[in-house]
Amino acid sequence: MLLRLLTVLFFAVCLPAYAAAQSLEELIIELPEGKYDDRAKVIEAIGATGDARALGVLEALGAGALMQVKKTDAVVRVEKDGKNFNTFDPLTGDAIETLKKRALRKIKINNKLRRVIAATVGSMTLMSPDPERRMEAAEQALKTGDPEQISALDAAIAAEQDDDVKEAFLDARAAAVMNADLPVAEKIAAIERLNRRADDQVLSILTAAANGDNAEVAVAATEALEAAENERMFWGFGQNVWYGLSLGSVLMLAAIGLAISFGVMGVINMAHGELVMLGAYTTFAVQEVIRASAPEMFGWSLVIAAPLAFLVSGSVGVGIERGICRYLYGRPLETLLATWGVSLILQQAVRRIFGPTNKEVGNPDWMSGAFELGQLTITYNRLWILLFALIVFALLLMVLKQTPMGLQMRAVTQNRRMAEAMGIRSGWVDSMTFGLGAGVAGLAGVALSQIDNVSPNLGQSYIVDSFMVVVFGGVGNLWGALAGAFSLGIVNKFLEPYAGAVLAKVLVLVFIILFIQRRPRGLFALKGRAVEQ
Amino acid sequence: MIRGALDLRTKGVLLVLIALAVFVPAANLYAEQGSSLHLPSFAVALFGKYLCYALLALSVDLIWGYCGILSLGHGAFFALGGYAMGMHLMREIGPRGVYGDPVLPDFMVFLNWQELPWFWYGFDQFWFACLMVLLVPGTLAFIFGWFAFRSRVTGVYLSIITQAMTYALLLAFFRNDMGFGGNNGLTDFKDVLGFDLRSDNTRAGLFVASALSLAVGYLICRIVVTSRAGKVLVSVRDAESRARFLGYRVEGYKLFVFVLSAMLAGVAGALYVPQVGIINPGEFSPAKSIEIVIWVAVGGRGLLLGAVIGAILVNVAKTLLTGLIAEDWIFVLGAMFVCVTLFLPRGVLGGLDLLGRKVSKAPAIPTGAKPQAAE
Repeated sequence: MLLRLLTVLFFAVCLPAYAAAQSLEELIIELPEGKYDDRAKVIEAIGATGDARALGVLEALGAGALMQVKKTDAVVRVEKDGKNFNTFDPLTGDAIETLKKRALRKIKINNKLRRVIAATVGSMTLMSPDPERRMEAAEQALKTGDPEQISALDAAIAAEQDDDVKEAFLDARAAAVMNADLPVAEKIAAIERLNRRADDQVLSILTAAANGDNAEVAVAATEALEAAENERMFWGFGQNVWYGLSLGSVLMLAAIGLAISFGVMGVINMAHGELVMLGAYTTFAVQEVIRASAPEMFGWSLVIAAPLAFLVSGSVGVGIERGICRYLYGRPLETLLATWGVSLILQQAVRRIFGPTNKEVGNPDWMSGAFELGQLTITYNRLWILLFALIVFALLLMVLKQTPMGLQMRAVTQNRRMAEAMGIRSGWVDSMTFGLGAGVAGLAGVALSQIDNVSPNLGQSYIVDSFMVVVFGGVGNLWGALAGAFSLGIVNKFLEPYAGAVLAKVLVLVFIILFIQRRPRGLFALKGRAVEQ
Repeated sequence: MIRGALDLRTKGVLLVLIALAVFVPAANLYAEQGSSLHLPSFAVALFGKYLCYALLALSVDLIWGYCGILSLGHGAFFALGGYAMGMHLMREIGPRGVYGDPVLPDFMVFLNWQELPWFWYGFDQFWFACLMVLLVPGTLAFIFGWFAFRSRVTGVYLSIITQAMTYALLLAFFRNDMGFGGNNGLTDFKDVLGFDLRSDNTRAGLFVASALSLAVGYLICRIVVTSRAGKVLVSVRDAESRARFLGYRVEGYKLFVFVLSAMLAGVAGALYVPQVGIINPGEFSPAKSIEIVIWVAVGGRGLLLGAVIGAILVNVAKTLLTGLIAEDWIFVLGAMFVCVTLFLPRGVLGGLDLLGRKVSKAPAIPTGAKPQAAE
């Protein structure tokens, strides 16, 4: 008995000192020796070496992937390969040989050792010189919530300079406290600490505490949970509003061109979707050219593509009007059919030229990434599209209200005969209006190429939505398109969590059909006798 | 009433259809294989399909050519009729399906459903399925039409919301948990009324049924358009407000003809499905509904026979051209849309009619193809 005690004392005193002087290689050799307690000390010593490779070794040990070769007593890391094991050097990772199971002896660990390993690994990374690794370690500690780590965390907190990492450590410590056998007051303080961050990790800890034994702790935890839930709902609402605005901006871009041409000419242009698609493909073509000849200009690709898309789609639009719609004046249903034919031709033509598969259109740097606002994630590309949509809207408003051509357009919309009597060339106004609407569709295509697949079917997916916006918002003025698009976008997004994306869309369509009963000409309808035509 | 409907042209059409109903199956069943009179079996099914499309086109012509309602969602009624028949055929499969379940169709077993949804009850009876073929499209048309016509939604707006209707149905039927087969639709049918769907006799029988249905549908349409109601319909088409001010209940007439047209489309769909062997949600797609309109436009609207001819012409062209130029058929279809509306506003038959009348110097029948006087 005394001898045992002495031996243990001897090892307890000598080993740490011995370990400090020992290298990682020597420690690894000692791992299979002795009992579990000895192994625990070796593990701690490995952690204390500060050697970067120690982390890999300990993780392998914890995963049961560290074994000893019976013949040579060497310690190796193994990977199972069918019935055999491929062995690797635990430090360098070099492959050694493939052995049968019989040739290897496992280095056994028990649950206590697992905790020691986890703590050691944790403390190694907690003290890592790299703040990102420390942050990772803090998140990991929060996840495990191991009470054994409290002392390590305290040491890390004391030594920490970086504020963000310190906050993370304090959160992790609070999580560990919840699982530890500590006084109630400490636990309540921990709950308050955890409540400040309302993410899923914390919620599960708090839920466990709310269902736990101690009444006081349970009450505090339940209150914290309710507060967290309220905050979640608030941010969830905000997220839906943001998505709705984003969808609305896309719909508005796609539909506003249609609203303009429908308002002035009374024809629904079924080829509108294809004009959007042409804008998207223009962007693709511009990017291809830039990629091939001047890759450093990629950031400017959209700025170049936008006016080009406007011109391309605009000219196609003018062509449609001059070639087809002009001859079908007064027959809106036939115009609808003829433009549908044009849309089929355009689709097939693009399919022939570019192929039926999706084309890759890249986001320039300034459009990539996202930022966080509370619990909202706002992506830059959608933000830019929202801004772009509003700018386009403002420009159109300016064109309509402040330019002579806009004046003529509005006159023809309100009363064609009277406008003609005043000397306005309504045929020319028709062409320009159609061209303008088509050009805006092209711009919409540029924007859409950033968030959606570019394929010949791009137009089809937006055409029904554009119709809905036009029908819902009315064709009296641009504000109809704006109001229609944004409200439909937001309604759609709010229905989605309850009904799923498809059903939400169906419900929106049904809603519009019913809405038309009440206001057959949409939200912002033109009034007056001449309008009935 | 019937006597008024039976003018020379109608008699001719009915005769031709009856002749087809006799000779096509005969050419398939009784002519020697390899002889020039023999018709291969797939051709019988193909011609049957054309006749179903002709009935569908007829239904669209009834409301468009004679009442001015351009429905761009009639494919929905066609598909609903098709689904009703399809559901009956699915239940007829019984334990012979891949999973062998006597009650549940294969796709329900696949989705781990335990029992038949309530809307499938009754479809094991043929008479029930036939009733549903008429009732379901008819009810949808009634509800939709009642709301739309009551609010005086006309012209382009109406066309757009018929598009929305069929699009919504497309999205709904694509969902796998709706219980209608999801994106795969209903297929793998075995027999109808005890007759094996793959046998030549059944195909011939279905062809005869299609031809007779087309004949009956044509007769019904003729009775409607030659009756007093038909004249009111034409007046609604040409000057709706004036008709209303003269005291006619325009909404009622529109609703009547819209529901009738939907039922005809449903019957067309129901005959289509056993001959083609599958019904899937793609039939609801807006593009298909718009295609129906072009069949009517090509043939000549407002002439009934024009719709039949147009449907057959365009679909024969499609069959031939897709064999030759595959995808590029879409160019031809698009060009057809553009050219017919620009150059042939009266369609083929209307053009021939006009030619005939120019020769004989008789006045042309107004078919609504040219813009009429202001309301």
